[in-house]
Amino acid sequence: MLGAREAEAPDYVRPDDLAEALRLRRQGAQIIAGGTDFYPVRVGRPLRAPQTTILDLTALAPLRGMAPDGAFHRIGALTTWTEISESALPAQFHCLQAAAREVGGRQIQNRATIGGNLCNASPAADGVPALLALGAEVELLSEAGARRLKLAEFILGPRKTALHDDEILAAILVPRPQGEAISAFYKLGARRYLVISIVMAAGWLDIVDGRIAAARIAIGACSPVAQRLPKLEAELRGRAVDSDLAKLAHAGQLDGLAPIDDVRASAEYRSEAALIVLKRLLAELAP
Amino acid sequence: MNELRPRSVAGAGLSLQVNGQPHLYDGDRLRRLADVLRDDLKFTGTKIGCNAGDCGACTVLIDGAQACACLVPIGQCDGAAITTVEGLAEHGRLNDLQRSFLAHGAAQCGICTPGMLMAASDLLARKATPARQEIEDALGGVLCRCTGYQKIVEAVQDVARAAARPAQQGAVGATLAKVDGPAKLTGRESYGADAIPADALFLRVIRSPHPRARFKLGDLDAFVAARPGLLRAFTAKDVPNNGYGIYPKVKDQTVLAIDEVRYRGDPVVAFLGTRAGVEAVREEDAPIRYEMLEPIFGIDAAKAGAPVHADKPGNMLADGGVTHGDAEAALAAAAHVVDVTYETSFVEHAYIEPEAGWAERKGDALELHVSTQNPFQHRDDVAQILGLPKESVRLIATACGGGFGGKLDLNVHPLLGLAAWLTGKKVAYVYTRPESMAASTKRHPARVRVKAGCDAQGRLAGFWSHAELDTGAYASWGPTVANRVPVHAPGPYVVRHAQTRGTAYFTNCPPSGAFRGFGVPQSAIASEAAMDELADRLDMDWLEFRRLNVLRRGDATITGQVLGDSVGIVASIDAVAPSWRAWNAEADAFNAGSARLKHGVGIGCSWYGIGNTSLSNPSEMQIGISAEGRITLYCGAVDIGQGSNTILVQIAAEALGVPAGDIALVVGDTALTLDAGKTSASRQTFVSGKACELAALDLKAKLAALGGRAKLRDLPPDNRGDALSGFGRFDPPTTPLDANGQGDPYACYGFATQVALVEVDLDLGTVKVLKIAAAHDVGRAINPQQVEGQIQGGTAQGIGLALMEEYLPGRTENLHDYLIPTIGDMPEMTCFIVEDPTVHGPYGAKGVGEPALISTAPAIFGGIQRAAGVRVTKVPVLPHRLRAAIRAKEGAR
Repeated sequence: MLGAREAEAPDYVRPDDLAEALRLRRQGAQIIAGGTDFYPVRVGRPLRAPQTTILDLTALAPLRGMAPDGAFHRIGALTTWTEISESALPAQFHCLQAAAREVGGRQIQNRATIGGNLCNASPAADGVPALLALGAEVELLSEAGARRLKLAEFILGPRKTALHDDEILAAILVPRPQGEAISAFYKLGARRYLVISIVMAAGWLDIVDGRIAAARIAIGACSPVAQRLPKLEAELRGRAVDSDLAKLAHAGQLDGLAPIDDVRASAEYRSEAALIVLKRLLAELAP
Repeated sequence: MNELRPRSVAGAGLSLQVNGQPHLYDGDRLRRLADVLRDDLKFTGTKIGCNAGDCGACTVLIDGAQACACLVPIGQCDGAAITTVEGLAEHGRLNDLQRSFLAHGAAQCGICTPGMLMAASDLLARKATPARQEIEDALGGVLCRCTGYQKIVEAVQDVARAAARPAQQGAVGATLAKVDGPAKLTGRESYGADAIPADALFLRVIRSPHPRARFKLGDLDAFVAARPGLLRAFTAKDVPNNGYGIYPKVKDQTVLAIDEVRYRGDPVVAFLGTRAGVEAVREEDAPIRYEMLEPIFGIDAAKAGAPVHADKPGNMLADGGVTHGDAEAALAAAAHVVDVTYETSFVEHAYIEPEAGWAERKGDALELHVSTQNPFQHRDDVAQILGLPKESVRLIATACGGGFGGKLDLNVHPLLGLAAWLTGKKVAYVYTRPESMAASTKRHPARVRVKAGCDAQGRLAGFWSHAELDTGAYASWGPTVANRVPVHAPGPYVVRHAQTRGTAYFTNCPPSGAFRGFGVPQSAIASEAAMDELADRLDMDWLEFRRLNVLRRGDATITGQVLGDSVGIVASIDAVAPSWRAWNAEADAFNAGSARLKHGVGIGCSWYGIGNTSLSNPSEMQIGISAEGRITLYCGAVDIGQGSNTILVQIAAEALGVPAGDIALVVGDTALTLDAGKTSASRQTFVSGKACELAALDLKAKLAALGGRAKLRDLPPDNRGDALSGFGRFDPPTTPLDANGQGDPYACYGFATQVALVEVDLDLGTVKVLKIAAAHDVGRAINPQQVEGQIQGGTAQGIGLALMEEYLPGRTENLHDYLIPTIGDMPEMTCFIVEDPTVHGPYGAKGVGEPALISTAPAIFGGIQRAAGVRVTKVPVLPHRLRAAIRAKEGAR
């Protein structure tokens, strides 16, 4: 029944050597990092299937830290939300830092990682709209080498990503803006803390000579994966950053969304609220 | 016990420091830090409320940073320094933060307290004098269901000063610190899951995933034999008397289901084994074959559908009411009549301590240690189910991490007793959070219709109401709710002609039971909306309309009871009237300058009968004194966080004339204490408090007769080691209700008025409660700080009921889909304590536990109406519901 390889497999490994981690991954090890999504789905249940190796990534130094890296800003996949919210980052990261303060409570923010937020692929992941707005890419490592994907190509659906069974998400790469980029994040939930969003939005504007050279706007919790709004982005390009921006938002820009009815809100409400949230986001970007 | 054999490649164990002491660990490194702390190192101060990062009760510091110990693999703690609540006190002395919590009454049941303390410790290490917003951000990850957070915030703000302040002394009327406060603040307090013996086996129950089904069991012996971690299975056949319930003649709930399951969560099979062994059982593997049946959901389906219980055609559990005068004629003749209907949802108690306990057979006796609100009835029920004389069963109540009515029903007890009795093993059972939410009782969803009329001057003329209640799959406390609602239906007003009715229907939903207020909070939402509407018809101020109509001393209620004393409703209105006027002016000014954010002020008045409705509900208390002069209060009343341990000691101290610190306490042990009834119906201060006073006076008289304490040494010690003991019994004077519901159902009533200032976002339909002023007539505040704590905590539950709480079976069985208020959802609160004493209670005191909640939702809904111009009649008023109403109104314009 059970092969010799499995019978000898360790049940938990926390290597500090990346090559060792990738080898274990090739052998089928399952990943844990911050643990904040790992344990909640195992309440009252065994923590692992028999003969499964759990690979704990948290001792891998190369997956930590935030630093400029050529044309990008590199954020190690193990970076915690507290590290993100409390670090001195360029202005374009405001949306990500604001989102970081909304991920669970402080005790979650201290442990949960940005990489885990992406790999967990919740439709309501707080980090995803902000990273979409930042134009983030992900770096995936395996023994075969590294590959890069745009975030939108990485998250495929609820709880579904393009991560191969032998890969590890190593870093998030955020391109540096052309000019002075600003960003904002807006979350709507039914209580103040520890709340899964009904709707959330993140926006990023790259401003060159007082005009919007590039814009990225994303809405979360209104579709299986958070979505960019290309029509709105196109309308924003070339505009001056002034209080008229909020007037640009209209329902036609939201036709890529597919909100659902759930315990938090009706689909109809989500559609309507998404537009309100969008207007407030734009107002925050250009007060 | 950790049964997984360590197979880690690292070889050598990991080392960590806990509270400054080094520890080596060589077990499974994937285990939760919380389990290692609790089970291996016995630091049980770290509490497990959800194992999912939703409640924060298990918050510890890892290298100084707060973390949920339930979400951290112990493998990540190699080389780390962990601090738990046990590490805060230095040399047995509370640290400044703990002392501030104690001084402010920031712990009630205490189950969230370790998490709150650790989160606050993290903050205070980063910032010595944090602002309120910083406190909320730091503590926002810890849920508290008791306090309403206000005193916790104050305690953190006030660390430096409170630590320096001497503790208050005194008895009745003093803000004495909780007598069990130090235990709760240091992690020493032992709750249901905290003292499980290391050699105990564990129970795991397979519950129905379907709302209604017939089922057949497969080969359970083979299933158990194939799993070395399991010892045996239990089914309905193993239960000697497989029926229980609150009432002597209604025993409709089964310990394990017989052939049919009636709600999602109904227990079918129980497995006993090692903890790892029972956890490894996958529900879908259990040999149970279900044949699904059409479920009954909702009151209308219940009336028309197949019976949930074969002997209850029409699905009616209880139906009753009050007829006083001629309501129909009065309404027909009234100058103004309004007709409102509200619908409410299932509400979950969401105590942060899941149901838990353990049991042991000792020869021909059975001993249970469980978290309960109801120790004596639970002892009797376990004895009855097992076919044992009740003297053979001893129930020792552990500390209770919140109840609110949800731990009045049996939960872990019968299976613990059965398994321990039949196997002779020590047996433990701890609900997981999803199990707690699926299995436990709920607040009744209610559809309440009210017709109310007044004359041209605004005097109430007639009142008609019908509350239809979804009582779920089993009776539980349904009849009590159905009876209490019609008695209270009009609210605290003089109504000469009333016809009120309550009807409870069975459905295939979780059993609705007792939940803080027994249906009165649901009913008050509709009746208070009717008062607002009547006032509007007259263009009269909402507060003045109420003030005109409320009960005063000498008035009769709709049951014909003439209130001779302790009617503090006018005083409570007057206490909040300045807030009412000032906030209305503020709201008008704000609204003039704001288009899409609007403010509104609402008001709610309420009353609540203290103790059981027209039923005997006595308490008996004993106070002993030893030859050496040591005084012990033997108290069968359990403290579920509301503070009776402290209140009863204060009363005993006052009556005996000794310092409260001189009185030791034995609580909730059926072998050592007398029956003081249930901790429910806001009755412990009133009923047990009076019994306590009488016991103290009895002891005092006996001591006087003896001729001095020196003579105690001449008396032989009793079985508890006391030379002398005093006895007190109190059963509040009530009379039965006749066929028209006429009589004196309660000895006294609590009264309250609350005013709420709310902010509505018209575009998003969101509501923020900005301020609440709450005035409560408690007769006499035995401990003013604890009274405030009850009001604040009740108000928090009222906010949850009004704005966010909706339990949906199978969909919200956790604390992230089911929302209760967090520290950031609480308004600025002002409490006013009104003291209009009752001749019956101890030193004039009544109860406040349930009255605390009832006025809140009506006040919020009035505020929403004033702000947004709409009423949402489906509760909770979630953003999408409010927005739909606003949209309809704006579209109609």
